[in-house]
Amino acid sequence: MQRPRSRQDPINPSTVSKQKDRPMNKTLTKVLATSIAAAALAATLAGCGKGSASSSTEGSGEIALWTHNAGNPEELAAVQKVVDSYNGSQDKVKINVQAFPQDSYNDSVVSAAAAGKLPCIVDIDGPNVPNWAWAGYLKPLELGTDLSKQLPSTVAEWDGKPYAVGYYDVALAMMARASDLKAAGVRVATIEQPWTKAEFQDALTKLKALGKWDYPLDIGTAGTGEWLPYAYSPFLQSFGGDLVNRDGFQSADGVLNGDKAVEWAGWFRGLADQGFMAKKSGKDSTQDFLNNKSAIVYTGSWAADKAKAALGDDLVVMPPVDLGKGPKIGGASWQWGVTSGCSNSEAAMDYLSYSLKPENIAAVAKATGAIPASNEAAAQIPAFAEGGANRIFMDFSRQYAVMRPETPAYPFIATEFGKATQDILNGADAQPTLDKAVKAIDANIKSNGGYKK
Amino acid sequence: MLVRVLFAVVAAFPIVFMLVSSLKPDQQIFGDMSSLAAFLPVGNISFDNYAAVFDRVPAARFLLNSVGVSAVTVVLGIFVNSLCAFALSRMQVKGKKIVFTAILATLIVPFQTLALPLVWWVNQLPYFELNGFSLEFSKGWLDTYQVQIIPFIANAFSIYLYHQYFESIPKELDEAARIDGAGWFKIYRQVVMPLAGPATATVAILTFLPAWNSYLWPLMVVQSEELRPVMIGIQYFFQLNVSWGEVMAYASLITVPVVVLFIAFQRSFVNSIASSGVKG
Repeated sequence: MQRPRSRQDPINPSTVSKQKDRPMNKTLTKVLATSIAAAALAATLAGCGKGSASSSTEGSGEIALWTHNAGNPEELAAVQKVVDSYNGSQDKVKINVQAFPQDSYNDSVVSAAAAGKLPCIVDIDGPNVPNWAWAGYLKPLELGTDLSKQLPSTVAEWDGKPYAVGYYDVALAMMARASDLKAAGVRVATIEQPWTKAEFQDALTKLKALGKWDYPLDIGTAGTGEWLPYAYSPFLQSFGGDLVNRDGFQSADGVLNGDKAVEWAGWFRGLADQGFMAKKSGKDSTQDFLNNKSAIVYTGSWAADKAKAALGDDLVVMPPVDLGKGPKIGGASWQWGVTSGCSNSEAAMDYLSYSLKPENIAAVAKATGAIPASNEAAAQIPAFAEGGANRIFMDFSRQYAVMRPETPAYPFIATEFGKATQDILNGADAQPTLDKAVKAIDANIKSNGGYKK
Repeated sequence: MLVRVLFAVVAAFPIVFMLVSSLKPDQQIFGDMSSLAAFLPVGNISFDNYAAVFDRVPAARFLLNSVGVSAVTVVLGIFVNSLCAFALSRMQVKGKKIVFTAILATLIVPFQTLALPLVWWVNQLPYFELNGFSLEFSKGWLDTYQVQIIPFIANAFSIYLYHQYFESIPKELDEAARIDGAGWFKIYRQVVMPLAGPATATVAILTFLPAWNSYLWPLMVVQSEELRPVMIGIQYFFQLNVSWGEVMAYASLITVPVVVLFIAFQRSFVNSIASSGVKG
């Protein structure tokens, strides 16, 4: 242990004070000056640093709206435009937008809920709506607009009531280069005739035989979180299994660990075992596809514009594989709800009704490149109008979308399914892994009293 | 020597990759990934990603917030923790060992377990602000700067570090100063603290790093964009289509202050770690 300098030098205690007097005073001056500066800075920061996002302003005719799209300037600008338009249309209430980054948005909301500081209007990822409604964060929507005109996947219901409504949805799809498929002698899958399981196997075999790629398929196996149930549970559903028994949502037994689910697990791992896909893909599957590191990428409608810009007419967008029960994709994206503690919920509902005008939906959907939530809005966006380049995603959404289970247990189910999927992909036996997930899900549902209202 | 250089090169790889990638377009970043070009500024090099960072994120504001919050936390942390350690090291108070043990015991409680209760507590605290010439009181510290600073001033590890260092400073110095008429505070500021430079440097770095890297806490307690620190800013880039070049540019921007600070205090930091026998 190195000693401090004071012990290395001979010291005469009586002279210490004098010897150190000048430097000490300098040091003292520095320490004091720095401390005073720090305290002053703290006071200044504190004085000017009170934010304005809390719901405490709601009594004064102002309503806070929280959204997940900080860092997405196009979507945020579109939402702000809708808000500005509403604020300008009346003088009773003013909506204030507060944007958060998407990846951490849920954590911010849950913390605010714990502190009783939720704003009046929040946006929510669709599958989480039942959980938030059950937890008492949200109140049922009472809007002056007809929700039946919305794409079904853009309205989140729980206990028979609508709790959230969105401007758009997204759709999963497979993208490939037409030239690659042609070179391999593989037909392009269509809505009328999607690939069957056998055709998919044949296509991957032929593409791999071309020798152009280490793995011809990229389904984003490096993904985490909500990507896992969003992307892979539709495969399970296409086999005939599911995440939970939807009759009452009280157990996953028989659907997540039944014969169909085990069959799905075997097929899923087989894609990796046969060398068709990596057990862990690159961080950005779309970019890897565009860099010709894969022949087929399984991704979402959000990647379409980028892929189209890079590949032009060589890009083909195909439906997911029909694994027995038809192609399936996950439904629901970001939606809007009104919090149960909102002191001016009438105004909040009025704003939401206003925001669902077709021109507003079209503006936000256009900014995000997502599927507009209604036909009227779609007609205002050439890419999504009849015959438009992106209309196919709207058709996927209408024909294939399966809502993620509308139960407050969904976040837990999603986590367990994600863990099981990764374990299976990494070599775990399917049946015991799925049994374990079912046991955990059933125990969670039971310990929460069945998530009854 | 060769081994050292090799280790240095390996350790520098991630930083070099980050800096180089921040100058490349996304497609090239992924294209270069399987070759040495990933670590070389070759191809289509530009500062476009840096320009895009400032378009997407109020980066200057976030940097200013983090510098302010970290600096205040460090300065107040040095003062408060050294005072506490000085009392525990020098003063003869009954039960001080129990107090010291209790302080050390808090080290085993992970912050994540305290986070939610702490959110509730800070939301109950009184708050005042000047509105013109009147002082207004309200409840709750959420969405403020002080909620990012005050909970992290007192730090058990800093107290421990100072305590161990103070123990190595001869008590005869205190006695000499006392003979000269110095009181406790004078001994603290004129005798002990000037000799505890390496400990102060270590505490400064070990306080600065978590304050600078703070993510979970501001995520929970700060809602307004103008109060957010740099680490929250990185989340702005993780949209459905991630621009990795921008991610690297932003990561480079927020790494520079930390590297500069470490280089500035490097010698003292190493001295203190070596002398206190603890790992940082």
